[in-house]
Amino acid sequence: MSKPIKIKRGLNIPLKGSAEKVLVRLDKAETYGVKPTDFPGLVPKLNVAVGDKVRAGSPLFHDKYRPNIVFSSPVSGEVVDVRRGERRVILEVVVKADRGEVAYEDFGPASPETLTRDEVIARLLKAGAWPYIRQRPFGIIANPADSPKSIFISGFDTSPLAPDLDFAVQGEEESFQAGVDAIRKLTTGKVHLGLNSDFPPAKAFANAKGVEFHYFTGPHPTGNVGVQIHHIDPINKGEVVWVVNPLDVIIIGRLFLKGIYDATKVIALAGSEVVKPRYYKLISGASIESIIKDNISTQAQVRIISGNVLTGTRVDKLGYLSFYDNMVTVIPEGNKYEFFGWIAPGVNKHSASRTFLSKLIPGKRFTLDTNMHGGHRAMVVTGQYEKVMPMDIYPMHLVKAILANDIDRMEQLGIYEVVEEDMALCEYVCPSKTEVQAILRKGIETMIKELS
Amino acid sequence: MKALRNYLDKIKPHFQKGGRFEMFHSTFDAFETFLFVPNTVTTKGSHIRDSLDLKRTMSIVIIALMPAMLFGMWNVGYQHALSIGASWSFFETFWYGFLKVLPLIVVSYGVGLSIEFAFAQSRGHEVNEGFLVSGLLIPLIMPVDVPLWMLAIAVAFAVIIGKEVFGGTGYNVFNPALLARAFLFFAYPSHMSGDKVWIAGLTHGQGVVDGFSGATPLAKAAAYQIDQLPSVYDMFMGFIPGSVGETSTLAILIGAVILIVTGIGSWKIMVSVFGGGFAAGLLFNAFAVNPYMEIPAWQHLIMGGFAFGAVFMATDPVSASQTEKGKWIYGFLVGFLALLVRVLNPAYPEGMMLAILLMNAFAPLIDYYVVEANIRRRMKRAKKVANV
Repeated sequence: MSKPIKIKRGLNIPLKGSAEKVLVRLDKAETYGVKPTDFPGLVPKLNVAVGDKVRAGSPLFHDKYRPNIVFSSPVSGEVVDVRRGERRVILEVVVKADRGEVAYEDFGPASPETLTRDEVIARLLKAGAWPYIRQRPFGIIANPADSPKSIFISGFDTSPLAPDLDFAVQGEEESFQAGVDAIRKLTTGKVHLGLNSDFPPAKAFANAKGVEFHYFTGPHPTGNVGVQIHHIDPINKGEVVWVVNPLDVIIIGRLFLKGIYDATKVIALAGSEVVKPRYYKLISGASIESIIKDNISTQAQVRIISGNVLTGTRVDKLGYLSFYDNMVTVIPEGNKYEFFGWIAPGVNKHSASRTFLSKLIPGKRFTLDTNMHGGHRAMVVTGQYEKVMPMDIYPMHLVKAILANDIDRMEQLGIYEVVEEDMALCEYVCPSKTEVQAILRKGIETMIKELS
Repeated sequence: MKALRNYLDKIKPHFQKGGRFEMFHSTFDAFETFLFVPNTVTTKGSHIRDSLDLKRTMSIVIIALMPAMLFGMWNVGYQHALSIGASWSFFETFWYGFLKVLPLIVVSYGVGLSIEFAFAQSRGHEVNEGFLVSGLLIPLIMPVDVPLWMLAIAVAFAVIIGKEVFGGTGYNVFNPALLARAFLFFAYPSHMSGDKVWIAGLTHGQGVVDGFSGATPLAKAAAYQIDQLPSVYDMFMGFIPGSVGETSTLAILIGAVILIVTGIGSWKIMVSVFGGGFAAGLLFNAFAVNPYMEIPAWQHLIMGGFAFGAVFMATDPVSASQTEKGKWIYGFLVGFLALLVRVLNPAYPEGMMLAILLMNAFAPLIDYYVVEANIRRRMKRAKKVANV
């Protein structure tokens, strides 16, 4: 093992309710949803209408500006609903699953070794597996016409209550390798696999061929692929790097091994309000209801989040697992007043600062709710963001540049290297309650507009 | 608690849009959020938030100021007793000082908060907590006998010209508390310097014992009366004349520990201010051409407002350097300049105030170069790749 890269800055938020390593194999959910809103910047165009029959791998909608990028149905069944929001924006395309076995669209198995780069891309595009490949800068779906300087896979997740990816990829060694083989075709550079040096990696990772291993140790956001890129092969202006989640590498692998779009993955259900936090094997896009049924302490009002508590999206009980997410978190809502809460000693309150008594209790795990803990203020305190940002970037100055809409400055201060998840901790610790992630996405959108 | 909450919920609609008292909504909001942390929940981005907010941040600074404030009250009484040759009990001493200092604090908060509330209201903002700290800092850096009307004008000047014209808390260039003092220093110099103002009652000459001067250690040093300086013990403990809260280095250091342990105050700035002052002191020792320059370097750090400035003024996150590297440079220069002004310029016995205000003006420049270095690193990296 090469010498691990030690990351010092960051913050682990110790939450209650991490998933026990028990795998529950779920019956098929009643409905599945694909949400165009999971893909920043996407303008979707429908390929189907309500009532159409689809198979797993049939396109549901595509990108208006890059029609070859399609988004497929994860199961076979009937399109029952296209939910729209304000200004008729498509929020969800809902497929009611058939009973019995999933009927797959057949793309025919093929060994990536024997295919050319264009053939690999064409196959990914056709089956709707292309969106699993995202690009940096900007964290949007990769452009098939680009040639990335390298591709990164982060083999571990450090976010609060995150699933253990080593556990989630067990038994998928073959598919993972097939996926890596396919991805390797996409770049002339290297495929980098980031691993946690504190634990022995799963077989699928350790035995992977054709990747360059990198070992990391440190608090969140060490597991973020953006942080790993920054330390191994940072992105400069004009460069493009692609990233793929390991569970999605497996889905890509199946497309080549078996010739089908099988979006089955292992996700974690976690959070303080879950009765039995566990791992679930299910098909991506499954309704949240199928997972949390009878598994939530019903007394309190809860928030269900697809993804982790720092970057996930809020979904309701009848919502669907988001495209890139590997976990569902359930935490209590914090919509209550707290008498003199700002001065309370705070044994049960978590803070990155040392202003609460809870700091004196080592190893304590917290039940955190969605309360803001204060009102919006001007940015007053400095140095907080820097403590949780393990990159050579000045986060506060970047945020200010975005607020000032100063494009040159954003570029100079490193906006190409970050996406929301990399600055989520800045938002968490901010005592002025600034919405850092929303501001960053606004800046990224400005940059995309500016560069196109 | 519950009844109070219910009452607030009942009257709240009057203060909201379209209500009878809409014009006071910021005021209502300030009191409501003072009593209760609001029920606002996150909507996007991070679903959970750190429990720390600005109210708590500012409260920690207030707590850190308590030792200096309480000691200051006692010392006001103690110095007065010395001047009239009385021997008072501890309680009498403290009570005298308490009655002298309390009006300063009340006027400072009264004037400052009214202006803050008015501005928050006119802008439709929530009331910012910044003045909670400034409002206490201002009385602590005043001579105890400053007339209240003068204090009121100074506070108004600091809040309006020093802060609100720039956009309010978080946008000010200069430390508001120091501006208040600087304003008085230049507008009413006779009330802000000399030997009489530092001890309660001395300006009226009420039965002062013979030979009692009331000069601060800095004044004595500037007059080359080095042999008349108080003992190091007295200067460290703070049994000397001076502004209300700045005499006791010990009390200030207790505050510094609170700020550093909680992580609210920047230890980098504090350490580098002391470092800068010490370095300047050593330099003076090396080239000593007059008695003032011969004072041991470390002794400067416990004289006058040096420690108070280092711990509570230079660390103001808004007007100080905002980058971590910049904080080292900023602090060092504050300390260094403070001694330069103090020793080399006969017009200003106290250099700390001017040094911090000057460096406030330069802090953005320091940050600019620190950030610029980061940008250059990024450019260099890009070029290296381009050349390969």
